[in-house]
Amino acid sequence: MTKTRSLRWSLPTLLLAATANATDMPLNMTKGVTEISRQVYDLHMTIFLICCVIGAVVFGIMFWSIVRHRKARGVQPAQFHESTKVEILWTAIPVLILIIMAIPATKTLIAMEDTTQADVTVVITGSQWKWHYKYLEHDVEYYSLLATPKEQIVNKLAKGENYLLEVDRPLVIPTGKKVRFLMTSDDVIHSWWVPAFAVKKDANPGFINEAWTRVDEPGIYRGQCAELCGKDHGYMPVVVIAKSPADFDTWVNGEAERIAKAKAEEQELLAMNMGMDELMDVGERTYTAYCAACHQPNGEGLPGIFPALKGSSMALTDIPGHINIVLNGKTGTAMQAYAKQLSLKEIAAVITYERNAWGNNTGELVQAADVYAVMQGKGE
Amino acid sequence: MSAAVKDHEHDHEHHDHKPSGIKRWLYTTNHKDIGTMYLVFALIMFFIGGAMAMVIRAELFQPGMQFVEPNFFNQMTTVHGLIMVFGAVMPAFTGLANWMIPMMIGAPDMALPRMNNWSFWILPFAFLILLISLFMPGGGPAFGWTFYAPLSTTYSGDSTALFVFSVHIMGISSIMGAINVIVTIFNLRAPGMTWMKMPLFVWTWLITAFLLIMVMPVLAGAVTMVLTDKYFGTSFFDAAGGGDPVLFQHIFWFFGHPEVYIMILPAFGIVSSIVPTFARKPLFGYASMVYATSSIAILSFLVWAHHMFTTGMPVAGALFFMYCTMLIAVPTGVKVFNWVATMWRGAMTFEVPMMFALAFIVLFTIGGFSGLMLAITPADFQYHDTYFVVAHFHYVLVTGAVFSIIAAAYYWLPKWTGFMYDEKLGQWHFWCSLISVNLLFFPMHFVGLAGMPRRIPDYALQFADFNAFISIGGFLFGASQLLFVWLVVKCARGGEKATAQVWEGAEGLEWEVPSPAPYHTFETPPHVK
Repeated sequence: MTKTRSLRWSLPTLLLAATANATDMPLNMTKGVTEISRQVYDLHMTIFLICCVIGAVVFGIMFWSIVRHRKARGVQPAQFHESTKVEILWTAIPVLILIIMAIPATKTLIAMEDTTQADVTVVITGSQWKWHYKYLEHDVEYYSLLATPKEQIVNKLAKGENYLLEVDRPLVIPTGKKVRFLMTSDDVIHSWWVPAFAVKKDANPGFINEAWTRVDEPGIYRGQCAELCGKDHGYMPVVVIAKSPADFDTWVNGEAERIAKAKAEEQELLAMNMGMDELMDVGERTYTAYCAACHQPNGEGLPGIFPALKGSSMALTDIPGHINIVLNGKTGTAMQAYAKQLSLKEIAAVITYERNAWGNNTGELVQAADVYAVMQGKGE
Repeated sequence: MSAAVKDHEHDHEHHDHKPSGIKRWLYTTNHKDIGTMYLVFALIMFFIGGAMAMVIRAELFQPGMQFVEPNFFNQMTTVHGLIMVFGAVMPAFTGLANWMIPMMIGAPDMALPRMNNWSFWILPFAFLILLISLFMPGGGPAFGWTFYAPLSTTYSGDSTALFVFSVHIMGISSIMGAINVIVTIFNLRAPGMTWMKMPLFVWTWLITAFLLIMVMPVLAGAVTMVLTDKYFGTSFFDAAGGGDPVLFQHIFWFFGHPEVYIMILPAFGIVSSIVPTFARKPLFGYASMVYATSSIAILSFLVWAHHMFTTGMPVAGALFFMYCTMLIAVPTGVKVFNWVATMWRGAMTFEVPMMFALAFIVLFTIGGFSGLMLAITPADFQYHDTYFVVAHFHYVLVTGAVFSIIAAAYYWLPKWTGFMYDEKLGQWHFWCSLISVNLLFFPMHFVGLAGMPRRIPDYALQFADFNAFISIGGFLFGASQLLFVWLVVKCARGGEKATAQVWEGAEGLEWEVPSPAPYHTFETPPHVK
């Protein structure tokens, strides 16, 4: 049985050898940057060490027995087959260990679930396959999408340092303040996870979950959606930037201003007409970012799951219907409502693009004013 | 056990009334034939599900998308899970139950032989339907084997209908199999085979069968609700219609957690049969084994929401499920301690069944440790839905359930075929499996702790080296199982003749009939003293 033993020693060695080459992959759970995440780490290490000690004792006795109590050594088997004393002992000791373990676990859990007295509240809404952040105390809300280019995913370009863990607009929170998260979803169940905060909470459609964090150090923290949410579940990262409260205030006020300005500009846009080239250009960019995941870059969709736009009757004839479905989505399907995700200009452009790309050569232009008209219920 | 048993056995081989050729297998009501069919079916499914795992590991070998599309990747993880759980592990255990339970309790056959035939023969159709669904437009089910709503309802493709139908058939088959086991054990035990004399494999299967008839209808309810939500406008799991998507998870895991024990309790029975044989010493703590198994079965109904800590539940609820889950460590620990105590001061030899049983004890315990870690709710928030969980359930299901099935196959192959298997080849199979399975699953713990979510087709660069390593382990483990097929085929064709007792330390009624076991055994019940 020496084989078994040497194998058990060689396994960790092999693993360590693999570690040496790994690009900075930590081997253990992160301690994180919050009081709670450190408590969670301590719980993790405590239970892990308890398991190691029990394992060492049980496997130690087992391997001792395997070495000593083998027929090849000419031993005679004993015939004992019960001992009430021993059996009570090895039932009672684990119970005690478990009780000792349950006490700190209970304390941490209760602390984690206390979402009262928050300084900042952010509503986090998941949808296929992006996050939406809305600051309840400020007029700031936006979507946060994967920023890794498709070319890196399909191995046409070298992968960047933060491959699949980068977004266009990260969540920004202040350090040292209690930030409460309200999680929900627009479609399937997602799960918002930032390991450094030890926050993982499901975003359930139609319900609101709560979580909170208080980050000590400014920094950039990355996570991912943790609940299988369909085709692009692997492409739904979370990036959080923690800034000092002063920097956060500057940022959040700037953001509120920017959003208000964009809304004002949108009204001006209604009077303007854009040309085909500009619409197609903006439309293609918007399509790639928001539509191509389902309808595919070639507009052919995925048969049986996501309908084709290329040659579809809606994209060829029905303009108001087309605008309506992009604005409001289609209930009972994966088609989302883009009215709150995109600007009027982007919606106009993407519809124009869909009506003129891939051989859908209708030659029709859709302007922001047309979209606005449908939005106001006048376009039917 | 009675020596008189043998007297009855001599005359039976020559009056086997069985049709020849394919009809023998289609019409058979013989528990041994049906057991064989279950086992062969499970082996085929093991390789089909395994091939899907190879696709998964090939795609994950490097970051970026190389071989498949994300949607197909999701279909592979989903169908791999469904096939391994319902097509490989469960039918394999039912096959072992069919073969061994009547012989262990001195019964001539299963109590309901025609139902037995039916419960097997609907299974290939269930899996045919599931596999065919992969070729539909849009592909097969892609929502994970746990098919959480609304991903499996509003947002799924039309293969969902086939998935639901196929799960219904699997459920009917399992329920019939379970009823058969219960009726057989209750009614057909030989005189003198009292409850507390039954071999532990029989005990654990009896308890498993009760779990099956209690939870398979729950699964049937869950898939039916998915079906009506998707096609008939109900809103069980849709908040817009007054339903709740989390309700789905409660129903699913009320089935799902006992299901986990359905896949491990018979394994406990197998290991409890093998260890005493090769230690040449009676099982330590037989009665406590029976009580521990029953406690695990009862507790399995009280822990389902530990799969759902992140769904948002009241603190009191989370605490209840955390405490109950931790409690399961106690009876499970008792079992492990009993096996070690059985080995203690025995006279052990290390034939292949014993090697797999020993590997089971160590590696299943490692899976148990990670299970205990997962029970700690605050830590579970970090582990949940990462590769740490994938590592955990593959340790309990592959090095647990599957290793026990392989151990059982080696242990009873001589009884089934009448020939000894090739010990050297078996040892090769064991060592190749043991090393590769750990290369495959052990690093997953680290990948998960480092933060890699499960069920993703592509990953951040930091996980690249470990994933390449894991994939190599996966390919090696897959290839190692080909040795097993070769060995089984070789053993079925011939070899050294097996004696009735086969193993020096083997005790029990199944070892008192000749090897190979005649077509009909115990037509006159033996007397157990």
